[in-house]
Amino acid sequence: MNFQIKNPENEGGMNERIKRLRKQCFDTPTTLSIERALIETAFYKENYGTMPVAVLRAKNFYEICKKKTIYIGDDELIVAERGPVPKAVPTFPELTCHSVEDLHTLNSRELQRYTISQEDIDTYEKEVIPYWKGKTQRERIFNHVSKEWEEAYHAGVFTEFMEQRAAGHTAMDGKMYHTGLLDVKARIEKKISELDYIYDPEATDKQQELEAMAISCDAAILFAERHAELAEKMAAKETNPQRKAELEKIADVCHWVPAHAPRDLWEAIQMYWFVHLGTVTELNGWDSMNPGHIDQHLYPFYKKGIEDGTLTRDKAKELISCLWIKFNNQPAPPKVGVTALESGTYNDFTNINIGGIDKNGNSATNDISYMILEIQEELHELQPGLSIHIAENTPDDFLMAGLKVIRQGHGYPSVFNPDTYVKEMTRAGKTLEDAREGGCSGCIEVGAFGKEAYLLTGYLNTPKILEITLNNGYDPIAKKQLGLKTGDPRTFTSFEQLYDAWHKQMIYFVNLKLSVNNYIERMFSLYAPATFLSLYIDDCIEKGKDYYSGGARYNTTYIQCTGLGTITDCFTTIKKHVFEDHRYTMDQILAACDKNFEGEEQMRQYIRNHTPFFGNDDEYADTIAVKVYNDLVDAIEGRPNTRGGQTHLNMLSTTCHNYFGSVCGATPNGRFAHFAISDGTSPAHGSDSHGPTAVIKSLGKLDQTKSGGTLLNVRFTPALFKRDEDIKKCASLVRTYFKFGGHHIQFNIVDTETLRDAQKHPDQYKDLLVRVAGYSDYFNDMTEQLQNEIIARTENSAV
Amino acid sequence: MIIFDIKRYAINDGPGIRTTIFFKGCPLRCVWCHNPESWSTEPQILFNKNKCIHCPKCVGKNADECPTTAREICGREWTLPNLIKEIEKERDIMEDSGGGVTLCGGEPLMHFEDALALLKELGKHGLHRCVDTTLYAKPEVIKEIAANCEIFLVDLKLMDDEKHKQYTGVSNKIILENIRMLAEMGADFFIRIPLIEGVNTDETNIHDSIEFLKTLPWERKTVNLLPYHDVGKDKHIRMGSQYNPKGYEMKAPSDETLDRCKQALTQAGFTAIIGG
Repeated sequence: MNFQIKNPENEGGMNERIKRLRKQCFDTPTTLSIERALIETAFYKENYGTMPVAVLRAKNFYEICKKKTIYIGDDELIVAERGPVPKAVPTFPELTCHSVEDLHTLNSRELQRYTISQEDIDTYEKEVIPYWKGKTQRERIFNHVSKEWEEAYHAGVFTEFMEQRAAGHTAMDGKMYHTGLLDVKARIEKKISELDYIYDPEATDKQQELEAMAISCDAAILFAERHAELAEKMAAKETNPQRKAELEKIADVCHWVPAHAPRDLWEAIQMYWFVHLGTVTELNGWDSMNPGHIDQHLYPFYKKGIEDGTLTRDKAKELISCLWIKFNNQPAPPKVGVTALESGTYNDFTNINIGGIDKNGNSATNDISYMILEIQEELHELQPGLSIHIAENTPDDFLMAGLKVIRQGHGYPSVFNPDTYVKEMTRAGKTLEDAREGGCSGCIEVGAFGKEAYLLTGYLNTPKILEITLNNGYDPIAKKQLGLKTGDPRTFTSFEQLYDAWHKQMIYFVNLKLSVNNYIERMFSLYAPATFLSLYIDDCIEKGKDYYSGGARYNTTYIQCTGLGTITDCFTTIKKHVFEDHRYTMDQILAACDKNFEGEEQMRQYIRNHTPFFGNDDEYADTIAVKVYNDLVDAIEGRPNTRGGQTHLNMLSTTCHNYFGSVCGATPNGRFAHFAISDGTSPAHGSDSHGPTAVIKSLGKLDQTKSGGTLLNVRFTPALFKRDEDIKKCASLVRTYFKFGGHHIQFNIVDTETLRDAQKHPDQYKDLLVRVAGYSDYFNDMTEQLQNEIIARTENSAV
Repeated sequence: MIIFDIKRYAINDGPGIRTTIFFKGCPLRCVWCHNPESWSTEPQILFNKNKCIHCPKCVGKNADECPTTAREICGREWTLPNLIKEIEKERDIMEDSGGGVTLCGGEPLMHFEDALALLKELGKHGLHRCVDTTLYAKPEVIKEIAANCEIFLVDLKLMDDEKHKQYTGVSNKIILENIRMLAEMGADFFIRIPLIEGVNTDETNIHDSIEFLKTLPWERKTVNLLPYHDVGKDKHIRMGSQYNPKGYEMKAPSDETLDRCKQALTQAGFTAIIGG
């Protein structure tokens, strides 16, 4: 087997241009830009109420594209930024408006700082904040919700994604590479001309939406034209002939795309970048934006360029590297109501898919797939995220090449299984072709790229629901009756009785969450349609409906369930030690949890060491995990949303298992109060003791096709990846897990010593990227709590 | 049969991903042994004082009741069907990775009948079999085992018989003869040399080892160099016995030493791999 990087002429790695661009990106501090908010506020002041909301949003977008400061940096080949300069992040006051206090905190906190000048804060206070008071999406949501919802939300039973950001998780298919926006606009105009105002009662709504879409086309074209003009001006002044030629080419490219379909690789990449920026400028969707299977999309341009002699592999790699720098120039927009201690991340979760299969089910790995692995390894930036997609027919070479990048320990790429996620999608009603063109965006969530609006709405804290159940509906942490009165568990005579009580509570909280999900979806449809994004999601134009109003071909709402490992372990503890072996009474267990096991270390240790836990290929525990999972699926799946689609579940936690743990008291499985709960579908920390093969077998017992994605973290020390021989064995582990129907697996390749040292000497580990959940982050940027958790994750050391 | 550990995802005990079965009992007493709990054929209670939380009333000999597993029973009776059932759990990963099952110890051949029964059963189940052995056994035993396993992993510790006796408690004569016999039978085996600075990394021993290996009609010609580490020390503490009672000087081999040994083997036409 050939493990060498293909095309050895590239072994030199980054060229000088990319080195400079990367350095500039790393050296530039993250700042907050108020420009977008100012343009938007002025526009709203003048126009709100004078036109339909869809048109208002489109014109607002147009206004930003027309007025925002544009930027072309030295050395750049791919151009345009979301903010006025690289790493300047705009705000979105129409969704959620930062207070003066928020801005000060963001400017001064230690981690994930967003600097902003006092002058800008003053302007924000005067110009922006007063206008939006009472009009933001966030206020619309919190003014509406019931007392029960609010109490459960504040207690950490669930979170709400869309209170601060628009729903996103959106990835593109290949259509932008075949169609320019002028063609799209012509299609929209034709659609408008065909509207039937007599027999179609929605014709007026459709007309408004379609007109708004047409304005959005103009806005993006104008934005590109402005860059073309700037490039021309810069070229005229440029004395270096090479740079002059580059600027002239940039001008040509920006005159051409996105108005027309790209003709070469450069234009294709710039096309994507304009579409990306358009999406993250009109709204601040979660997971920013994602090109999807970019290796498949770019390959025809690459092949043509190589064949006709207009392109070399080095040049192609340089252009794609420029795009990679652009991703890293866009830190995630910060939250409001932040505290100095709360950790966020600059990562905006663009998760690029490479390898995998094409729409006919054939292996889609090509030379660009390998090239992107090289780029990811050389640049090792925070963004974009990268995943390799390993179907049964994916070549071993590609898996090995991907694992070799993983070995570097930067946390990328994660590994996905198309054979499973295609089944997930067809099971949820997508056509086979659409499913095959889909993939995973954000962390692990599955979607039909370019054809689906899949909204992630928030995490559900399943161990917290058990804690509430064990206290007869009362939350001992929030000190409030949050749930139903399902009975004092001390009176229960069987495990089934306890399980049923939890099940009732779980359904109660799912319903509570869904009622607000539906409301929020409507608020986005009514107040924040995404008229630009709708251009790129089938069948918004055909239906004349917005992305947020059911325009997409598929419309899914996800609830992300967390803590499967922890809750399973709690259940096995009680089942075995209380109801079967009678070693402890329910009262003893509850009392021990109440006092956080103080004075009960003997009991806690016994439980930790003598209970069948999830992740050990042990039927006793795995059967319960499967039951919990299936019951969650049944509770969530198939509920109607407001967009003609359905609700599904996925099993993802990002970093939320830390937050959820922090609001949860001690649990029967011997977990101390406020310690993290288990992440994704991984075993709880320290619960798996039979090695990674036992873990994948336990996980393999879940019918993962019923989910919209699961997440498995495996932490390997570098020792396990030392030789190609070891990597081969790791490759078999991946293959076998995927044969069991696994959706996703990711590896953290670091040793505990390194991490401890990194905690002590952060300066020496500035570039230490570790995998957190569905993404990687800089170890230095994490709170101590999260760092400790990363260290505590079971170390699968097979020395 | 008395088994003291079953290790899944064993990636250093033969090809692919394997499950390793540890038999209890060994005729050798290698000073550097990293699992001396395998020496005695009898079940033992190990005590790891770092884990002990000093319960008011200790479970004592009833080690299974110890909350923290500070006290742990080493060596349990397994029936063949139960053992096969446990091994079968890993069938998919074994097949996908080209792995299988490795019998290890202790010395599996010390439990000839149990080991043979297990190997035969594994054969019926179509699983790949390795036997990790000292070859300190009767030739008839080895022949029968060879007929029921695919690969042997054989230690070559020291060429000097006096030193071999001194450090392992037995003569290497039988061992070297058995290695030769395996080679002449055409059996497949890897040679594994534990490298302990101060014991066997000197030029003479490496030279003699290579000269010995050169005389074998041996197709595989692959040697694993296993760098010594002192995990045995902690195990002795848990057993309540003394590690290296005679105070021999033993050190992990330096990178230079590893390199030198590897080079010497490579030059002699062998494939040398550092690690299992």
